Amino acid sequence: MTSVGSGLTLLQTCALSLLVFTGASQFALVGALAAGGNPLTAAAGAFFLGVRNAFYGLRLSQLLALPRAVRPFAAQWVIDETTVVALAQPTRRGARIGFAVTGVTLYVLWNLTTLLGGLGAEAIGDTDAWGLDAAGPAVFLALLAPMLKSGVERAVAGLAVVLGLGLLPVLPGGVPVLVAALAAPAVLYVQGRREARDGKGEAR
Amino acid sequence: MNIWIAIGVTALGCYVVKLAGLLVPAGVLERPLVRRLAALLPVALLAALTAQQAFADGRVLVLDAKAAGLAAAAVALVLRAPFLIVVAAAVVVTAGVRALTG
Repeated sequence: MTSVGSGLTLLQTCALSLLVFTGASQFALVGALAAGGNPLTAAAGAFFLGVRNAFYGLRLSQLLALPRAVRPFAAQWVIDETTVVALAQPTRRGARIGFAVTGVTLYVLWNLTTLLGGLGAEAIGDTDAWGLDAAGPAVFLALLAPMLKSGVERAVAGLAVVLGLGLLPVLPGGVPVLVAALAAPAVLYVQGRREARDGKGEAR
Repeated sequence: MNIWIAIGVTALGCYVVKLAGLLVPAGVLERPLVRRLAALLPVALLAALTAQQAFADGRVLVLDAKAAGLAAAAVALVLRAPFLIVVAAAVVVTAGVRALTG
């Protein structure tokens, strides 16, 4: 729904949900395009958000022990929700069933709600008057909140906000977000230095 | 047309990383530094995107009704409200503030 409000057509919005199927990346792409970003920098930001799925896949491939022929089909469903459900199951059979059921259900519901949301937004017209432009940041905040577990995450988030907003008037659209991503290695580096100093080389 | 290119590149990239996780031998991605970086990258990106979408219009920084909406979403999150309620709170408060001020 936010997507149709940002200048994408209904067809483009649905294609995004069907093909990308990882929520944070979809919202990031739409947000960057709406801000007038270049399509490639927009795609790069969305791609970096999707990188975490590779680490889910890593956990899942050991847990599910899928045959190689099935893996290319299962891969599309490797997302936050399916991983959480599969990892919570005590047995491999339970994990496989959990992964498949969550995958199918979410895939159908996600794409249906995208279609309905898109149709709804087209019918409404001016989405800003209804406050729908606030849905984007709210979605990001809801995704971000559970990740802010310790001081390290909060430091990364704070630095990223400063970089993202501070560089916005200076750099071309889409680029400030990518620069803000550097907050992650920067904070890790500072933390590593601090631990090396405090622990006098103590093994982490 | 540009939008289709962005959709295509994103779809392909996101699919490849999902598949990579299932196919790549565990040793390549299991290094502690790689794992921590992968956990922190989304934090940085989401924080920057949240701030930009809430406090910027194009390339100009603004403070408008969306800020109130985001604050409402933050309150809802602190109260452990479900995802849809969080988003609805932001939308309703933003629309309300706009209706009152605009």
